[in-house]
Amino acid sequence: MQYLLLIYNNEAEMAAARGTTADGEMMSAYVDFTRDIVRTGHFKAGDALQPTSTATTVRVRDGKTLITDGPFAETREQLGGYYMIDAKDLDEATAIAARIPGAWSGSVEVRPVMVFSNGPA
Amino acid sequence: MIEKLDAVFRRESGRALATLIRLLGDFDLAEEALQDAWAAALDTWPTRGMPDAPRAWLVSVARNRAIDRLRRRKMQIEKERLAEALESSSAEFGRDELEDDLLRLVFTCCHPALAMEARVALTLRTVCGLPTASVARAFMVGEATMAQRLVRAKAKIRDARIPYRVPDRDLMPERLDGVLAVIYLVFNEGYAASEGEGLMRRELCEEAIRLARMLNSLMPGRSGVQGLLGLMILHHARRDARQDSSGDVVRLENQDRTRWRGDEIREGQRLVESSLRLQAVPDPYAVQAAIAALHAGAASFAQTDWRQIAGLYGVLMRLNPSPVVELNRAAALSMVEGPGRALECVDALAARGELEGYWLLPATRADLLWRLGRHEEATAAFDAAIALVRLAPERRLLERRRALAAKVSTWR
Repeated sequence: MQYLLLIYNNEAEMAAARGTTADGEMMSAYVDFTRDIVRTGHFKAGDALQPTSTATTVRVRDGKTLITDGPFAETREQLGGYYMIDAKDLDEATAIAARIPGAWSGSVEVRPVMVFSNGPA
Repeated sequence: MIEKLDAVFRRESGRALATLIRLLGDFDLAEEALQDAWAAALDTWPTRGMPDAPRAWLVSVARNRAIDRLRRRKMQIEKERLAEALESSSAEFGRDELEDDLLRLVFTCCHPALAMEARVALTLRTVCGLPTASVARAFMVGEATMAQRLVRAKAKIRDARIPYRVPDRDLMPERLDGVLAVIYLVFNEGYAASEGEGLMRRELCEEAIRLARMLNSLMPGRSGVQGLLGLMILHHARRDARQDSSGDVVRLENQDRTRWRGDEIREGQRLVESSLRLQAVPDPYAVQAAIAALHAGAASFAQTDWRQIAGLYGVLMRLNPSPVVELNRAAALSMVEGPGRALECVDALAARGELEGYWLLPATRADLLWRLGRHEEATAAFDAAIALVRLAPERRLLERRRALAAKVSTWR
């Protein structure tokens, strides 16, 4: 079963920490973690995202496309990256999520990927 | 016979359902199939007699009905494959396998990925076999709301794939604590309902005790399980003395101790001792149970070992610090060092604001002020408690005490 692990962190705090020793340690922890879940076969995909200052939100209303600057919702923590993993159940997925370095300061949302019984609609 | 059948159903449904969920991998299908089997039992048992092993009978009939149901649905290939797999699976069910199923069901219903209220509802509905209407009544919500809550919880178990199993060793302490928290919440809702007319809902206390007994027999030798079971038995043993004939609350100091259940108190005390022997660092439930055991074993309110009770609250503060424990410790301290010292603790606690909105904080203050002869301040504190309390019998007690304090304060 596939789960999407969405990593939320406080962008302002992350930006402030850039270049510090702690930041370097976190980066190498990410490298180690990713290598690890590739090796165990759990890894399907994963990326870091540019900050929400680069985000654009698109809505279509009455056939018209509305484009606005910024993320969909202003929150205290922002989506900063994701992993797509294969896990046998929620316990395994949450155990993997707990090893993501971003979970130590922010939070990781675990979402099962929807399966359509007759293939994607 | 029908009455007897109901009793059998109450006893067997949780276990039968637990096995069916494992076999079918689906809560809803398992529930439907068990209902089918139960209808069949009502048809045949009164005339042909009850089978020797009613649970195995229910599981095997339900399994066959589930195969029929799956066949009738047909539309999904996967379901068809499941029906075939089910038919070839053995109809024999060993005792150990069935006991394991019940534990799997308990741990799944109490999984931390479910909201607390969903865990409680699901446990009462599936493990205890209470009808949805009763679960709804127990938590003062409409039946439709409760049914919705149960549907959502079961959908999350299925869609997020919450595993149907007993957690392995490294997850066990944390998950077992979660199960105990659910059981204790059920008990507390029964012991002192959070609102409404009746002080207690005995059936909830009894369900919680039944659950803990079951857990204790499935997982023997766990300090937390024995501590919680002992704690609940000791509290519940006082049920007949906690309310008078008109439904008013009788305070601990005025309770008729001959109406406490001696045999239950002795069972509770044995459980406390056994629980404390199992671990070098005592389990917090065992410490609370030890406090309850000291109350239950005292010949009178005055002869209670308050010094030891205050000491045990101190232990509890180190194990599991919380403002509620601190408030209880202050109340016990008032019996050792006097109400003045206790009031200092309560006021310090109130100043931190952590217990804001909790009616027992001003109620405890009121009691201490009353005992100090500060009747005017006591009256105001009773008013504050009355404004917060949501349970009618508790409110009536506070109002009686408030009236007395107000009256005495005018005498000077």
